[in-house]
Amino acid sequence: MNRGMAKARTLEPQIYDSASLRVPFIHELTELGRYRFLLWNLILRDLRVRYKRSVLGFVWAMVNPLLTMAVLLGVFTQLFRFDVEHYPIYILAGLLLWNLFARGTSIALRSVIDNGSIRSKIYVPASVFVAAAIGSAFVNLLFALAPLLALTVLTGVRPTLAWIYLPVPILQTTLLTFGIGVLIAALAVFFADMTDIYEVLLGAYFYLTPIIYPVSILPDSLMNLERYNLLFAFIDGFRSPLLLGRIPDLGGVLLTTLAALAVTMVGWSLFTRLLDQFAYRA
Amino acid sequence: MRGSSNNTVISLTGASVRYRVPTEQVATLKEYVIRMLRGRRIEYRAFWALEGLNLDVQRGESLGIIGRNGAGKSTLLKVIARVLRPTQGRVWVKGNVAPLIELGAGFHLELTGRENVYLNGAMLGFSQAQMEERFDRIVAFAELGSFIDAALRSYSSGMIMRLGFAVATEVEPDILIIDEVLAVGDESFREKCLARMVEFRAKGTTILFVSHSLDSVRAICDRAIWIDEGRLRSSGPVELVIDAYRSHLLHPAQPASTPPAD
Repeated sequence: MNRGMAKARTLEPQIYDSASLRVPFIHELTELGRYRFLLWNLILRDLRVRYKRSVLGFVWAMVNPLLTMAVLLGVFTQLFRFDVEHYPIYILAGLLLWNLFARGTSIALRSVIDNGSIRSKIYVPASVFVAAAIGSAFVNLLFALAPLLALTVLTGVRPTLAWIYLPVPILQTTLLTFGIGVLIAALAVFFADMTDIYEVLLGAYFYLTPIIYPVSILPDSLMNLERYNLLFAFIDGFRSPLLLGRIPDLGGVLLTTLAALAVTMVGWSLFTRLLDQFAYRA
Repeated sequence: MRGSSNNTVISLTGASVRYRVPTEQVATLKEYVIRMLRGRRIEYRAFWALEGLNLDVQRGESLGIIGRNGAGKSTLLKVIARVLRPTQGRVWVKGNVAPLIELGAGFHLELTGRENVYLNGAMLGFSQAQMEERFDRIVAFAELGSFIDAALRSYSSGMIMRLGFAVATEVEPDILIIDEVLAVGDESFREKCLARMVEFRAKGTTILFVSHSLDSVRAICDRAIWIDEGRLRSSGPVELVIDAYRSHLLHPAQPASTPPAD
């Protein structure tokens, strides 16, 4: 076997110079790209650990959102009567994207701290742990997508050509989740109470976003605010094609995507700016 | 430029690491905000874990690093392993570094041996194809046989250690960092590790070896440095450095300002 060949393909850079000038914003991005095999393995690790030891295995990923929906549906059709067509699907579709955001950001928040023992021994770009958190939330969404579409058809919604648009809001939400994820992951390294603070904020955000209720029940003041709620824009952009066969207008899509991109740039620049200090915090 | 000599693989120039220890604990955002609102600054006490360290290591050299607990040995390994960026000074490293600081760091107990090999390899910066190529040799060295597909939680601590050592050494690093791993494990495993390190030396791998066991340092290293309170106290042939370190341990009254004998 030619070991020399294998060596030449080693990913590790030949020279590391702590004094070399580099732009953290860009450097960390190329490092993340270099460690994509690790990213993939970390996502696999998450999925395996979560599902391997349960009897139903990966089926849980699909069944879980359905059970959640059944609970909410029970509560809301009995207690509140919202005038929403295809209410079960309306909730399930909203929860699908909400779970991507909530789960992704919550795991991302702790990702840098939780992998501290590895990072203190082996050099690994810290952002890979945040990306893995978002990645595994994204894969979980994909698992839940099939049963959602099946249920949608089963409850009498006719599939339309507009469904081709469905990946767009999913990707927009993923981008926003990553942006918020890196932002709070960096803050969590410095402030131990970030987990508690974020839990409260996330809870408030859930009820402020029309996920389990229609936007029409909001008073005018709040309704105006929803125009600035990016997550709601994406959830709405997911529901309209799914339930009504309508695709959102291009201008709005472009604007909200740019806004999510801006959030991500802010988060990424804060994260990469603080990067070198992470190792100094135990 | 330092490190321009063809054989130098590690070069530290005035490398310093300063930890800032807050004099009062301010670890939460709430406390931080309250303090800022009151206009009170948070005061820090500086702690230098490494101070102005100069060190050159040549290709193929086996360098022993000795010193008391908390002297800065681990911090030195961290700046070389790229885990910690020096506060001041410069660290220059040529080639890839595999740390054997704690065998199996990053292993997950719920995953199988096979899955852990790929995960660990990925952490060391290797690709799927590169790990596939090495996989059989790793399993052979670790003597795991069919256990490789069982969850790590069913392994004995010795098996986990063997697997960790096998992964870290089978990736054939240019620079191998070893921190007190030989202190654990049974006699046959220790001998196997030592044999592999001798093999590495013969191949021209640079080895950095931290140990409290001066005998191991004698067996493996051809040069040693002694670090105390973040500074280089002595550097040179193993026996001389060990003697200096020993006599310091026996007569701690000796002034700490002895200039480093280089």
